[in-house]
Amino acid sequence: MKIAESWIREWVNPAFNSDELAYQLTMSGHEVDGLEHEGDSLNGVVIAEVLQAEKHPDADRLRVCLVSDGSGETIEVVCGAPNVVAGMRSPLAKPGVTLPNGVTLRKSKIRGVVSNGMLCSAIELGLGAESDGIIALPNDAPVGEPLARYLHLPDTVLELNLTPNRGDCFSVLGIARDIAASSGLDLDYSRFAAIPASITDTHPVVIDLPEGCPSFAGRVIRGIDNKARSPIWMTERLRRSGLRAISPVVDVTNYVMLEIGQPLHAYDLGRVQGPIRPRLATDGEKVTLLDGKEVTAAADTLVISDDSGAIGLAGIMGGLSTAVSATTTDIFFEAAFWPQAFIAGRARAYGLHTDASLRFERGVDPQGQARAVERATELLLQICGGQAGPLQLQLARQYLPASKSISLRRDRLRKLLGVEIADDTVVDILQRLGMQITVGNDGWQVVAPGFRFDIAIEVDLIEEVARIFGYDKIPVTTGTAETPVALAPENQVGLNQVAATLVARDFQEVVNYSFIDAESNQAMTGVTSELHLNNPISSEMAVMRASLLPGMLFATAANLARQQDRIRIFEIGKTFHGTLDAHTEIVRIAGVICGSSRPEQWGETPQAIDFFDLKADIEAVLQLAGGSSKYEFVAADNLALQPGQAANIVRDGDIVGVIGKLHPRHAKFFELKRAAYVFELDATMALATQPPVVDAISKYPSIRRDIAVLVADNVSAAELVAAVSSAAPGLIYSVKIFDVYMGPGIEAGLKSVALGLILQETSRTLTDDDADSAMAAAVRKLQEKFGAELRD
Amino acid sequence: MQELSDLMQAAASEIDAAADLAVLDAVRVACLGKKGTLTSRAKAVSQLPVAERPAAGQEINIAKQELQARLNSRREALETAALEAALVGEAVDVTLPGRGLSTGGRHPVTRAMARIEEIFRGAGFGVRSGPEIEDDFHNFTALNFPPNHPARAEHDTFFLPGGLLLRTHTSPVQIRSMVEEGVPIRIIAPGRVYRCDSDQTHTPMFHQVEGLVVDRGVSLANLKAVLHQFVESFFEREAELRFRPSYFPFTEPSAEVDVLWEKGKWLEILGCGMVHPNVLGSAGIDSEEFTGYAFGMGVERLAMLRYGVTDLRTFFENDIRFLRHFR
Repeated sequence: MKIAESWIREWVNPAFNSDELAYQLTMSGHEVDGLEHEGDSLNGVVIAEVLQAEKHPDADRLRVCLVSDGSGETIEVVCGAPNVVAGMRSPLAKPGVTLPNGVTLRKSKIRGVVSNGMLCSAIELGLGAESDGIIALPNDAPVGEPLARYLHLPDTVLELNLTPNRGDCFSVLGIARDIAASSGLDLDYSRFAAIPASITDTHPVVIDLPEGCPSFAGRVIRGIDNKARSPIWMTERLRRSGLRAISPVVDVTNYVMLEIGQPLHAYDLGRVQGPIRPRLATDGEKVTLLDGKEVTAAADTLVISDDSGAIGLAGIMGGLSTAVSATTTDIFFEAAFWPQAFIAGRARAYGLHTDASLRFERGVDPQGQARAVERATELLLQICGGQAGPLQLQLARQYLPASKSISLRRDRLRKLLGVEIADDTVVDILQRLGMQITVGNDGWQVVAPGFRFDIAIEVDLIEEVARIFGYDKIPVTTGTAETPVALAPENQVGLNQVAATLVARDFQEVVNYSFIDAESNQAMTGVTSELHLNNPISSEMAVMRASLLPGMLFATAANLARQQDRIRIFEIGKTFHGTLDAHTEIVRIAGVICGSSRPEQWGETPQAIDFFDLKADIEAVLQLAGGSSKYEFVAADNLALQPGQAANIVRDGDIVGVIGKLHPRHAKFFELKRAAYVFELDATMALATQPPVVDAISKYPSIRRDIAVLVADNVSAAELVAAVSSAAPGLIYSVKIFDVYMGPGIEAGLKSVALGLILQETSRTLTDDDADSAMAAAVRKLQEKFGAELRD
Repeated sequence: MQELSDLMQAAASEIDAAADLAVLDAVRVACLGKKGTLTSRAKAVSQLPVAERPAAGQEINIAKQELQARLNSRREALETAALEAALVGEAVDVTLPGRGLSTGGRHPVTRAMARIEEIFRGAGFGVRSGPEIEDDFHNFTALNFPPNHPARAEHDTFFLPGGLLLRTHTSPVQIRSMVEEGVPIRIIAPGRVYRCDSDQTHTPMFHQVEGLVVDRGVSLANLKAVLHQFVESFFEREAELRFRPSYFPFTEPSAEVDVLWEKGKWLEILGCGMVHPNVLGSAGIDSEEFTGYAFGMGVERLAMLRYGVTDLRTFFENDIRFLRHFR
């Protein structure tokens, strides 16, 4: 909400400057987001009258004007504004004047005509962000008067970021009331006066649903001058609050709403057919609103109706059929109290958000309706004349929010805030906030004003005391409570440790959005996700990802496009699976590598990455879980991976991850210009762990024996190692493959595999005979299982 | 016969002049070998009268020792010179870069989050997490946002069909943890959160760290202390904080916390407050016996301040040239 400081000061005038006022507001819970100083440098800008405006001899869009600045002389200026006409009054800046935008005017020749000054627009004078030409001042604006004096400038516009619990603060009155409470000053209520009726006319209002409209104030005003214009002080205040002047009737309703927080509506009385009836909408009822849009009101929505049907959405927006116009002479003012229960969420349901709905949703003063109509009547009569009927007020008090008595315990206040506040201070703060207080033994009974919808329980009062007392006066006290030492389960490798391992292996962490486009999600996982957003930012961010890889592949492509030719990235994050009824979130670790296996460096030729570069990285991560569990890499098909270069990572029979070369089809889909290898692990399943258990280390020497065998080339390394390992129990300690060869000298379809065996016993030193028999057993096993042939 | 002193002088100059080990050895043999000059002199001592023998023998021995010491020292010098000469050929350019892999780096946001976690772990906080796809109850209702409350409108929420939504803050973890573990409780909950907002200063996904402490006798003064200490710890400097009244449905009193950054500029860094009795109530906790505080901080904001990042959106562009700054 934007409010002019001068307007606030009309109500309460603390003895400090704009910045201090803003600071006090911020520190009492009404954050000032911006301060705009207006009219600081308008010295020398005066009100001038345009006497004559002729077309420039050499420019179609320029006019040569003769203006009077009240000094008696006539000044010739060239003006490019489309709205300049003879007779209008407008601000004039003469040579030598420096405008708020820093420009100093000089006498200048424009297309051959000397201009001795400038007629100014609002933007040029720093008075707002819009303009459609030079400022057109009212015809009674005194020629020669400094503009700043005429517009009551300089002034400061406060932009307030109000919290939704403080509906009572969405007005000048509300803010002034809080400033008064904070600074111990009194409010000036003098401008509220009852306006006597000069005619007896009323308009019937029938309230069938008093719980939906417990307070309704109205008034007939006849014979207004529809040619009158709103005074400049009013339109200026509206402008500084971000509202445009429209017509006196509309301006008055807006002005009163800004001033005291009660939204008002004005009907063209001549267009209202029969009694005004607030009621719930009937099924499918349609109403055309002031902005020309037709809405179908839902059955939970209050409408205002007359004999013709709905003529407005209560508390949201009035209807077009009864709207005031330039020819309106008789009006009916309405100020109602619509309870939050009948208002909350309704405007939003129609995609509407109005100044009225904003205030009603947050709660307006249930006692404020008559006051608003009186104030509007007073202002309208001042501007447009006319005859006011009597104030019509219909109240159903039993449905107005009741102010209940809340107890505030001294002890609770002290304990929750952690500070002792003197009783006198507490009472003083609450009284300044308009609360009624009864002193008890342990504290106070407090009744809050009816407009404080945010005060319902004791803690709300504690906050009020703290807020006005000052959060900065609450001490800083380290708590003394002891926390029990919690269990420290060693059952899962920490993700920070995983990240550290990958970082040490030259991986850069990335963070992608958790939502991606449906197509790449589907392409990567083969699953059409049900977990899609109803209101995504864009179709690229529409479904919850079932794999981390699509986002990472897009990031890889983007980085390749940025001339980064070696990419090694990882991400740790959640993936989302299942149906709307039964969905799961899984923490995954994924990586993509692309480019050379090692950074370009002296002394070696760059080598393109292959499967085993990435496999080593994954093994390093898996080994964090310790030796207690075995992982197998099992060749497997995966729609996103290239056949023959893809594997599942299997642990205790569960697939805990995948690794492989991205399928060229997918590389194309993600617009990757290079081969990429990828992995993705389920963090929980892959990295479950337990404390290590120490195995006895043999005191006896080990023997190494190597063999090379010829086997069919489809026999996997894992199978060979497994067969040899189990060939001579208790003798073979470990088996390692140290060479694999296919090519010249080896028959097609076969490969030569060299195996190194470490033989060791835990209870004795092995003899050569032991070693010979173990090797024989190993060879026999290989022959039986794979038809292996021993090479010399 | 030559004087012993002349002999020694000649040998000494030969030793000093020996250019390599072979020459030096030849000198040694010539003096101290079986037929060496000094050896011969030593043998000749037995020919002398008995009374002269001890003095002459001692003279020769001293001369032999001197010569041997001179030979040794010359040998060492020659060996050192030879080694040094050989090593010159093995010299490398030590300014050439090391070979092998380089190292990667963490993402600034997760790096900051890990730092926040570490600080709070040190202060006795446990670390919890919760689902990112949430329901209305945990994200709003249990946190004292009644249906249609205007405060909901301030959370631009991503909805999924079936009443699901993406959590708009990490606060639902408060409810889940209190229900699961009961009180007293002292936890933080870091994680991703989502709001339907995307412009220069908003990304539709960002990270928060929630904090919750519920126990007997917890006060606003304690909250001020823990946050003050955290901010000083995180930024490694003395910090001036400003607690200003604000509004969150799930805390009362509520505050926004600003830190005095530079030249009178206050920057908002987190929101906090005393846990609202209704929130304790929705977790089945007696709000008369227990009080608590909660806070929530935006990790991106803290990371931007800590690492001097000026554009929020760079965190999610994953430009490796940017990320490399965080190795």
